[in-house]
Amino acid sequence: MAYSEKVRSTYQEQLQGLQEAGIFKIERYIHSVQDAEIEVEFPPGAPLKKVINICANNYLGLSSHPDVVAAAHVGLDDRGYGMSSVRFICGTQDIHKQLESKLTEFLGTEDTILFPSCMDANAGVFEAILNEQDVMICDRLVHASLIDGIRLCKAAQDSFKHSDMAHLEEKLILHADKRNKLVITDGVYSMDGDTAKLDEMVALCEKYDAMLLVDDSHSSGFIGRTGRGTHEKCGVVGKIDIITTTFGKALGGASGGCVSGRRELVELCRQKARPYLFSNTIAPPVVAGVLRVLDILSKTTERRDKLEKNANWWRQSLTDAGFVLQPGDTPIVPVMLFNAKLSQDFARDLFAEGVYAIGFFHPVVPQGKARIRTQISAAHEMHHLEKALAAFIKVGKKYDILGKTKKEITAMYGA
Amino acid sequence: MRDEIREIVLDYVIREYMEDQDEEITYDTALISGGFIDSFSMVSLKVFLETKYGIKLPDEAATPEAFDNVESITDLVIEFLNKK
Repeated sequence: MAYSEKVRSTYQEQLQGLQEAGIFKIERYIHSVQDAEIEVEFPPGAPLKKVINICANNYLGLSSHPDVVAAAHVGLDDRGYGMSSVRFICGTQDIHKQLESKLTEFLGTEDTILFPSCMDANAGVFEAILNEQDVMICDRLVHASLIDGIRLCKAAQDSFKHSDMAHLEEKLILHADKRNKLVITDGVYSMDGDTAKLDEMVALCEKYDAMLLVDDSHSSGFIGRTGRGTHEKCGVVGKIDIITTTFGKALGGASGGCVSGRRELVELCRQKARPYLFSNTIAPPVVAGVLRVLDILSKTTERRDKLEKNANWWRQSLTDAGFVLQPGDTPIVPVMLFNAKLSQDFARDLFAEGVYAIGFFHPVVPQGKARIRTQISAAHEMHHLEKALAAFIKVGKKYDILGKTKKEITAMYGA
Repeated sequence: MRDEIREIVLDYVIREYMEDQDEEITYDTALISGGFIDSFSMVSLKVFLETKYGIKLPDEAATPEAFDNVESITDLVIEFLNKK
């Protein structure tokens, strides 16, 4: 037997270590569709509990929208369940090309290529377009999938302080001798909910002849006046060289992602990106669902407008109640608790009050910056948000943190 | 010489990595294992030390452990200065 007790014990020790460090992840089983209210079995075996969900990436409330579900059914009936092939052998249908073309139009770019996920898009894009003569300069808080992609690429790597444009400029000057420079940022930062200064970044990239890549996974569909993304909000549509994004959040929430941008860069991904070449693309029902989502969003801004209204109300109400929030103006509203244990206790008490939110702490967020990340949806009605607010205030009072500053909270609970 | 190098390294680390002015770090603060710097961002520090002191730090020496606090970084710089 190759998997001896000795081998097994090395893995058991690792798992034990995670449990002792308090970072062992436990899944909650959801027995309903994804929505503003969900039925949750937690802990496993416990009776189902109906809770308000404020931790989903379901920003536009389209994850179980009847039109999207119906379109996926039609896709399933007309184009089947799967392709049993990668794209370049016999895995490309007409609807895959339609979706690529619709995305190009929606994002205001030159061309688009689908990936099985945005994680795969980010894992594949750098290696496909850069080599040893180039440099990648990323914001220090970019998503883990970008970091993984950067690590897979042979180009030089450097980073700049989060959203610090002077620091970025220093790095662009430092790497002036490189063939191509690629600046890398998230559009909206998923843990802090702040927006990248894309207008300033575009100006710097133009000044120093660098390309700009934006991961707009937490923006596509709802940031900007018509929901095109962070580039629309910052007035730089057509000036971003590469946008990567996901269909697993606002755009239906199922799966899949893409690289959209300059024609040559997209074509190089089609020729060289390994997650594209060696993995099946998105299944037909999901493609049909995303096409329907883009149709809905191209006709009306009703859902993103409602989301904006909900998010503004939520942010203001938490501020008025005396919570410390991470500043921003997106539907990601982090309630800062600073201490890791407090973030876990707070989330547990919220769940008891019928509100499902997650506490994040190091290493997911920097040391001493533990928080409850709340994410607002267009699926939320006022009564959901009012109930969630009441629960936050009740638990906030229990831990005596309302109206307290960071310094006061860390003095009580530690950082 | 050691004190001077240590001051220069500390000053660089604060300028290059600290986001919050109220975060305090000292000569023995765990920078990487303590979550202040991710190993990915070490590149800037390595380039700075090499340029500032005219040394070459090979990858096997510029490890996350060696870069984990200002004291150990200072030791590393002195070690490679002595080899020059």
